[in-house]
Amino acid sequence: MIRIGHDDDGCPADRVLPPPTERIPILRWLKLNLFNSWPSAMLTLAATALIVSVVYGLGRWAITAAEWEVIPANLKLLLVGTYPLEQLWRVWSIVCFLSLLSGIAAGRRRGIFLRISLVLFAATAVLAALPFAVVTRGWLLGCSGAALAGYGLGSLTTRIGNQRWIRRIEILAWVLSFPLSLIVLNGIGGVLPVVEGRNQWGFMLNLLGAIVGIGLSLPLGIMLALGRRSRLPAIRIVCTVYVELIRGVPLISLLFMASVMLQLLLPDSFRPDLVIRAMLTITLFSAAYMAENVRGGLQAISRGQYEAAYALGLNRMLTTLLIILPQALRAVIPAIVGQFIALFKDTTLFGFIAILELLNISRSVLGNLQWRGRIFELYMFIGVVFWVLCYSMSYISRWVEKSLGVGER
Amino acid sequence: MRSKTAAHTTAFWRDIRVLRVTGQILFLIAIAGGVWWLIHNLQTNLSDSGLDIGFRFLGDTAGFPISEGISYDPTYTNGYAYWVGIVNTLRVAVIGIVLATILGTVIGVARLSGNWLIRKLAAIYVETVRNIPLLVQLFFWYFAVMLTALPMVGQSIRLPGSIFLSRRGLYMPWPTLTESSDTWALFLIGAGVLAVVVYIVRRFQLRRADRPGFPIAWALSTFLAIGIVGWFATPGTPLALDVPVFQRFNFEGGLWLSTAFLALVIGLATYTGAFIAEIVRGGIQAVSKGQTEAARALGLKNSLVLRLVVLPQALRVIIPPVTSQYLNLLKNSSLAILIGYYDLLNVGTTIFNQTGRAVEMILLIMASYLSMSLLTSLVMNWYNRRMKLVER
Repeated sequence: MIRIGHDDDGCPADRVLPPPTERIPILRWLKLNLFNSWPSAMLTLAATALIVSVVYGLGRWAITAAEWEVIPANLKLLLVGTYPLEQLWRVWSIVCFLSLLSGIAAGRRRGIFLRISLVLFAATAVLAALPFAVVTRGWLLGCSGAALAGYGLGSLTTRIGNQRWIRRIEILAWVLSFPLSLIVLNGIGGVLPVVEGRNQWGFMLNLLGAIVGIGLSLPLGIMLALGRRSRLPAIRIVCTVYVELIRGVPLISLLFMASVMLQLLLPDSFRPDLVIRAMLTITLFSAAYMAENVRGGLQAISRGQYEAAYALGLNRMLTTLLIILPQALRAVIPAIVGQFIALFKDTTLFGFIAILELLNISRSVLGNLQWRGRIFELYMFIGVVFWVLCYSMSYISRWVEKSLGVGER
Repeated sequence: MRSKTAAHTTAFWRDIRVLRVTGQILFLIAIAGGVWWLIHNLQTNLSDSGLDIGFRFLGDTAGFPISEGISYDPTYTNGYAYWVGIVNTLRVAVIGIVLATILGTVIGVARLSGNWLIRKLAAIYVETVRNIPLLVQLFFWYFAVMLTALPMVGQSIRLPGSIFLSRRGLYMPWPTLTESSDTWALFLIGAGVLAVVVYIVRRFQLRRADRPGFPIAWALSTFLAIGIVGWFATPGTPLALDVPVFQRFNFEGGLWLSTAFLALVIGLATYTGAFIAEIVRGGIQAVSKGQTEAARALGLKNSLVLRLVVLPQALRVIIPPVTSQYLNLLKNSSLAILIGYYDLLNVGTTIFNQTGRAVEMILLIMASYLSMSLLTSLVMNWYNRRMKLVER
């Protein structure tokens, strides 16, 4: 880097100039990056041939041989399973409400929230332009409208009102949106009719499983990690044994246990629903991995941080909560988000205990004579859905990491 | 430090030492109480349904077929069937780990290639494979590729070297023992003993002379030389190649690998390979640039820089996370049950379905996975320590 003045005499950081960029003509770029030696040139040619053949083959198949009709015809089944059509407004209103909330966050905070809301807005607007049923398009438009309205509302609240109270209300709304959504989806006695067949909700179950799992396994994992580093041997040993036992066995064997052994371990009067069991299992499983990630972050905190906090008169609890955990968690954001992604992907294993999530419900679609053999189309659709969501998660994690300045401070 | 007078003035229910001990005791009582409650429920539930806990059912006749693995038929016992499952799991895991390591290393190095196109291709591979659930990929390989895209057994794809690929699986030539195999085996045992002796002697010599060298290469060449001599010295051929031949409905002879096995190995290797690639890339990037530059300044070629300078240092960063990827692969091999490969979980659940022994089978399955995980991490930790010793 070119610096103005000397490093020694305290040059202000904002006067550091960016490195000069060299403009490389395209032919020279080609020579540098693709043909800088004979082996490299051969590799380039081979890779080009591979790309051309794959893209050509895939493109030709997608346009001529593939029958994409299977996706729109079964879209409702794949996404929400057997959720009754006349109750579908509940799902839509939750999506709209969440669009509104993210719009408000975008208006108030900009940054990553703005990007997420923009994607949400654009996606719903584009989908609304596709030839779905009128009701669906209406709801989609409603969602993009909600995101837009939220943005306006959010921008407005930055200028007027008591900022502290607005922030509290906003956080409360996010926190409450989660149990509220579950209640609205499931129904509650007397107000909303309870929807039956909870284990057949298609992709909604993957999402719900991931959200519940992420929301519960992170705090549980933090507690386990702290417990594993406790000075009290009883707590330390119990936490260590739990983490190591869970990490030593596959999730699917735990799901098997939850489906066949749980009724033996619990009294007759207490038989949790299959979906609840699956969510509980995936939470307990993921918490062990989360604990190891968090522990890695805790180990990276230098002793001086503890000592400084004690010197300021903070007790152990406050030191952990205010000084250690924020730094530890920040240091391991990629690992934690990686675990979130793994958890989301692992929800496809729910199918093993007869829960009709996206992958399992696609098999029942394939079982339908009309859609026999449309296996490539379906799996490609499922792959794309998971890919988009997982990739966005890792994208957001990279963004958060950058905005928190990990590795710079 | 606490002074004596302070200890006197503090009431015991406010004494931190007393509080700690009581806290821990209460915690343990709570845990023990929970466990006792579960076991109590288990006992009541089992006695209600007239069951008991015991492993004698493992000696009963299994009565269900297992289509692949070591020799077995339904008249064997449950315990032996379970052993077949364990061997099948190990087979998938070992082959998968080897392939994933090779693939991961190649892709990881490719992600740092000087060639823009190769770099991007490797990145696309990693990002695609890592962000799609393994089960979706396994289903894709098994149901879409193996059972839909491949031809029927009559029109098998013929690969060079008499390898046939179809919906029935992969048939390939495989060496079988002949009458003179025993004689050759004697040669091999002798060669093995001699190779160990050569290794020890050579290592001792090198150490005394304080010189670097490759005693393992000496041992290997000894083994190979005696093995080859033995091959020609034995009357007849010790190993015969069993080539698969298409009969009326199916192939006869050769080695048969089922489609489920192929799908599982391909799926696990490509999936874990993507994760290993990222670890390899991170490990190589962790080696400081000065090392590469110094090696280049010494006049080493690019390939030698990678092999002699960068990789040995990168390995220290790479080994611990790769170990956990190996463990993941081992655990993920349990997804076999969903595509019908007879791994230990599949056989275990089949035995459970036949006998109704939930508790025993779950304990057995958990214990098997735990011990295999433990064994893998022991081996990898040993290797890790060995690599660490190289450092200065």
